[in-house]
Formats: sequence, structure tokens, C-alpha cells
Amino acid sequence: MSAVPSGLRRKLELSLFLGPALLLFIGFVLVPMGLAVYYSLYNWTGFGSLGEFTGFQNYLDALTGSVFQNAVWHNVLIAVLSLVVQLPLSIALALLLNRKLRGRAFLRVIVFAPYVLSEAITAVIWLLILQPGGFADQVLGAAGLGGLVRQWLADPDLVLFTLFVVITWKYIGFGIILLLAGLQGIPAEVREAAALDGASAWQTTRHVVLPLLGPTMRIWIFLSVIGSLQLFDLVWIMTLGGPANASTTMATYLIDHGFKRYEFGFGSAVAVILFIICFTFALLYQRFALRRDTQGAVG
Amino acid sequence: MRRIRNVCAFLLTAVTAVSLTACSPGGDSGSENADGPVTFTWWHNSTTDTRKAVWEQIAADYQAANPGVSFKIEPVQNEQFQTKIPLALQSDSPPDIYQQWGGGQGAGQLPSGKVADITEQTKPWIGTLGPVAEDWKSDGKQYGVPYAAHTVGFWYRKDIFTNAGITAPPATMDELNAAVTKLKAAGVAPIAVGGKDRWPDAFYWGYLAARHCSPEQLKKAVETVRMEDQCWVRAGQDLKAFLDTQPFQTGFVGTPAQQGAGSSAGMVANGQAAMELQGDWTPDTMASLTADKDLNSKLGWFPFPAVTGGAGAPGAVLAGGDGFSCTNRTAAACAKFLEYLVSTPVQEKLAAVGAGLPVNPAAAPALTSESLKTVFDHTQRAPFRQTYFDIALPTAVGQALNDAIANFFAGQGTPETIVEAVNQAAAGNK
Repeated sequence: MSAVPSGLRRKLELSLFLGPALLLFIGFVLVPMGLAVYYSLYNWTGFGSLGEFTGFQNYLDALTGSVFQNAVWHNVLIAVLSLVVQLPLSIALALLLNRKLRGRAFLRVIVFAPYVLSEAITAVIWLLILQPGGFADQVLGAAGLGGLVRQWLADPDLVLFTLFVVITWKYIGFGIILLLAGLQGIPAEVREAAALDGASAWQTTRHVVLPLLGPTMRIWIFLSVIGSLQLFDLVWIMTLGGPANASTTMATYLIDHGFKRYEFGFGSAVAVILFIICFTFALLYQRFALRRDTQGAVG
Repeated sequence: MRRIRNVCAFLLTAVTAVSLTACSPGGDSGSENADGPVTFTWWHNSTTDTRKAVWEQIAADYQAANPGVSFKIEPVQNEQFQTKIPLALQSDSPPDIYQQWGGGQGAGQLPSGKVADITEQTKPWIGTLGPVAEDWKSDGKQYGVPYAAHTVGFWYRKDIFTNAGITAPPATMDELNAAVTKLKAAGVAPIAVGGKDRWPDAFYWGYLAARHCSPEQLKKAVETVRMEDQCWVRAGQDLKAFLDTQPFQTGFVGTPAQQGAGSSAGMVANGQAAMELQGDWTPDTMASLTADKDLNSKLGWFPFPAVTGGAGAPGAVLAGGDGFSCTNRTAAACAKFLEYLVSTPVQEKLAAVGAGLPVNPAAAPALTSESLKTVFDHTQRAPFRQTYFDIALPTAVGQALNDAIANFFAGQGTPETIVEAVNQAAAGNK
């Protein structure tokens, strides 16, 4: 029997184990977030005193500025494209790679390989591939499709779609691995039962496998949308948001103004807006889409 | 795991740093004695081996001649300076000596209260450096010293010009247009430009503005951060006419300036383009992007051509420089070191590795190539020196200008919108 009353002991334990983590969280997450909100209310250049208090002017400037509006639109477009292109593609490839076929392990590695690379390395590789007269153009030329050669990164109408292809190349492997894991979780008995009932392979997939993959897909959608909203590294290295802001995202806009123009107050406001958008999406998605999946897992 | 360990290490360092600062009585402030023992923290932007070694040598020499002085040198990549400097100047321990490009950007750092006024210490000798030192002045006070000057002009391939039948470097815009036509006929991209990085585009507009606007108009616009005269619009109109001749390589708005063989510098270095409007650092950059060991002998230089009817001083140059600023802790000792950096032997060392044009004219013979000597002579004779506008103007305004010009290169906007971008940004509009 301990001499310390159990309530106190429990508190001691809690503070011992939780304390350091909590301190880190407060110091490196909550405080910076609070500071960003604070700075966003000032017209601050990043040097010396905070300067003039401008209230919500920075927010107004961002939300009414055409460049920022376009940036938001670009993020949304990437998110939507991810859902309608990457998801079906990932599912198809995952179903394929889940079958018994020769070299399956090798194919899985190949598909997953790009995800292992950092975004910076991906960007540099693709810069070389896509530069005028680069690998992409040579392949098209060799295939007799020289007429399809475009200014992949220099055409304002095309640049966002080019970036989307690179994003897909990099992240499709992650989706596939996630879905493969989901597929492994579907008991063979369920499929067998469907087959016994006379369901065709397509019917089994459509009515049994896909619905059971639902939770995995919902998680993937969540990660994909959040990732699309925060898109930065690839764009920054490949295009700097150009040409003519045609590939600006909220994050590149934020860095451009905060650090390149020394508009730290304004940049903070953009950061807060980006945070609110992501946070709102996350909350709503948890509330309406993920709730079924996480029931029992959380409170 | 790695990350967690890093965080712990960082925390430990932070805690130690805080407690050390708190414990040392009186801190470090007030050691204004130029001869006392001092350790400089020095941030410069030379991250390549040869240049880094030169700075190390210079520091070692200075240390040997000045016992009590020691250095903690930290090379920082060019681009990183933009993010590191605001944070460092906001902290309690900024570097003692740091890379500084002067102009409106440098003036923007003054509210931090950390940048040292070294007017008194530099007064006896700053005049010998010529007009370039003015860029590190604000309100008549000296806040830094340049160690190298830069001038922008056309770097061209003599061999490609000869093949295309161009006998003399173009001296007017009409002659430049004629050269562009001949080069196209010869099957080579006439001019390479790194439009992805935006600032190379701005050289064209900047030079046309310096040709169309008189020195008085140029000075007034930089001082008031307002462009009112029609000459600014005319620069854009001329630029439009020039862009319409399609003088650049395909995909120029997406081409980087200095990275990789496919960059604008790489294209000239490898003979895919005939010329590039760039600073004097370009031969050095080009050499690193090609296997051609003989590149230097093929490169020539000519100044930006004259325009018809411009009010600008003929031969005015678009220019800039590299310099260092001191922070308050070691201001006097730092100013003494900066004086050493502009002395002839040091300037010769810097010139020999292609760090830029010497700010001390006595070191000019140490320049390594004939074309760099040409650039130096041209700069010395120039009747007017206009600092690149993105440096001369306050940072937010300069970047807005670069963006507007880059958009113009991509076919968006008008000559008027470029000027408006400056006036709008100066008014604080985003």
C-alpha cells in the first residue's frame, strides 16, 4: 500500500507522462497559432514593432484579391481532380494488384516507389522530364505524337493540369497501398458466399468489395483533400506559382507575400484563412463522413 | 524517432541559450571597443567551394593581423536569406555581419533596431567606393558596405553571332531586332530569359525605364515610391513591341534562370541560345552548367541598346551590388573589418574568383576575363547608375513590380498595369 493518496498519485502520474508532451504541443502548436492570429491584425513587415493595427483589413485584402481567389480555386480544382481521377485509378489498380498475378510484389513496389521520394526530389525529376525538348517531349516525338508537345510548365492554361499529373504520379501509390490494406481486410468468406449465390466477378466487386472498402476510401479522401489544400513544395519548386499566377496555391501565395515581400501581417492572415478552411473541412468531414467509421474508436 | 530526437536537442539548446543569456551579467551589449576581443558571427551567401574558401582565407588573414578577432562563419544560401534575416533581426542574437543588398530592402530592416549605423566609422574611406556605396545608405546614414558591384548587360556567344552573320554587337533596339531576325534564321534561340524566376524579366523593363526616364525622374520615383511620368509607361510600350518580335526561347515564362542545363544561362552556355541579359556573375554561372572548358573565350558583352527618343542618360547602367551590414553588438569592430574587405589585396582576391566587379578600382586588373574588364570600364564611365528596381524600392513594392512584369511577359496586363502595380503596392494594396 502506498502512502500517497491515489487521487494525488494519479495526478502526479498524469502530469509526469502528459506534461512534456503537453508543453511541446502548447509551445510549438498552440502558441504559434495564437501568434499568427495576433500578427494577422497588424500591418507588420516582420522587423521591429508590430506597426499599425489594421483589424481585419488583411483578411479583407486577401479575400477580395483576385490572385488569392484564384489560388483558392486552384486548390479546390486539385482536390476535385484528385477525387475524380486518382480515386477510381487507385481502386482499379488496387483491385488488379490484389489478384494473384506474376510479379505482383514487384509491381506493388514500383507503384509505391514515387511516394517514397520527397516532394522536392519529385519536383526536380519532373522539371527535367518536362523541360522543353526534355524526356516527355522526346517520348511523344518518338511515338509519332510530336503534335501533342506543349509548353507543359510555361502555358498558363496547362500548368495546373501538368502539376496534377505529377501529383498523381507521386501519390497514387499511397492510395493503392491504403486500398490494398483495405482489401486484405475483406474476409474471403464474404466473396465466396457471393460467388455461391451466383454473383459474377463484377457483381461481387460492385456490391460486396467496394462497399466494404468504404472506410478506407473515406480516409483516403480526407487525406487527399487536406493535402490538396496545403499543396506547396511541388508547385514552389516547379513553377513558383507562375506563369502569371496560373499555378499559385494558397500556400505559395502565403510564402510569396510573407517572406518574399516581407508582409508578415498579411501572410499571417492568409495562414489563418488556410487554417480555417482546412479545419472546417476536417470538422465537417469527421462529423458527416467519418463518424460511422470511427464510432467506438473515439468517444 | 529521428525527428523526436531533433526536437529534444533543439529544446535543450533553446533552454541552455535562454539560461545563458539570462545569467551573463549585462549581456553582450555595449562592447563598442573596436580593438577589444571579439568573435564575429558572419553570414555570407557564398556556398560554393571556391568562394567559401576565399572568405575563409580572408577571415584567417584578418584574424592573423588582428589578434583578439575571431570568426564564426555561416554560409547561407541566397534564397534562405530572405527567410532567415527577418527572424534573426527579430531575435536577441542576430549575426554580427550579414549579407545585405541595400536599397529599399535594407531600409526595410532598419525598424528592427539591430542594424548598426556605421556612418562615422566609414566616413574617411567610403567615398573611394563611388556611387555603388549609396545603395547601403538610408536618410544619409551608412548601414552597410558593398564588397562587389554588379552591372547588367547582354552576354552573347561570339561564335553564334559570327555564324548568323552579325558583325558588330547591336547598339540600338533596331539593331537588336535585326540581330534577333538573323539568329532566328540561323536556327538558334536569339535570347534566353529565365522567366520562371521573374527577376530576369524585370531587367528588360528596368533598362527600358532607365533609357526612357531621365536620371531626375528615376531618382524621384525611387525616393517617393511613385511613378507618375509617362516615361514609365513608355518603357512598357517598348517592351511590348520587343516581346512582339518573339526574341526568346520557347517556353521562356517557365524557364529557370540559373539552375540546370535547361536554364537560360545553361542554354547560352551550351550554345542553344545566343545571348542573355544578365549580371556580371553570369559567366561564372554558365561555366558551371556546361562541359565546355573554353566557354569564357566565346563570351562577349555589350550594354543594353539605346532607344529612340528616350530622356535617359545614354549609357546609364542597371546595377546593384553585394555588401555586408553590421549589427549593434560589434558595430565598430565590424566597420573596421568591412574597411579591410574593400582594401586592394582583398578586392583583388574577390575579383579573381569572379565575386563581382571590384568596388575598389585599384583591383580591376585582377578581373579574370576581357569581357569582365569591359563591363567594369563601361560601368566606371556610366553617367548614371540605376539600382535594380526590386532592390531600390521597398521590398513589397519591388516584388509587386517583378510580378507585374513577369505577368506582362506571360501576356497579361498592359504597360499601364506595370506602373499601377508599383503605385498600388506603395499605397499598401495587395
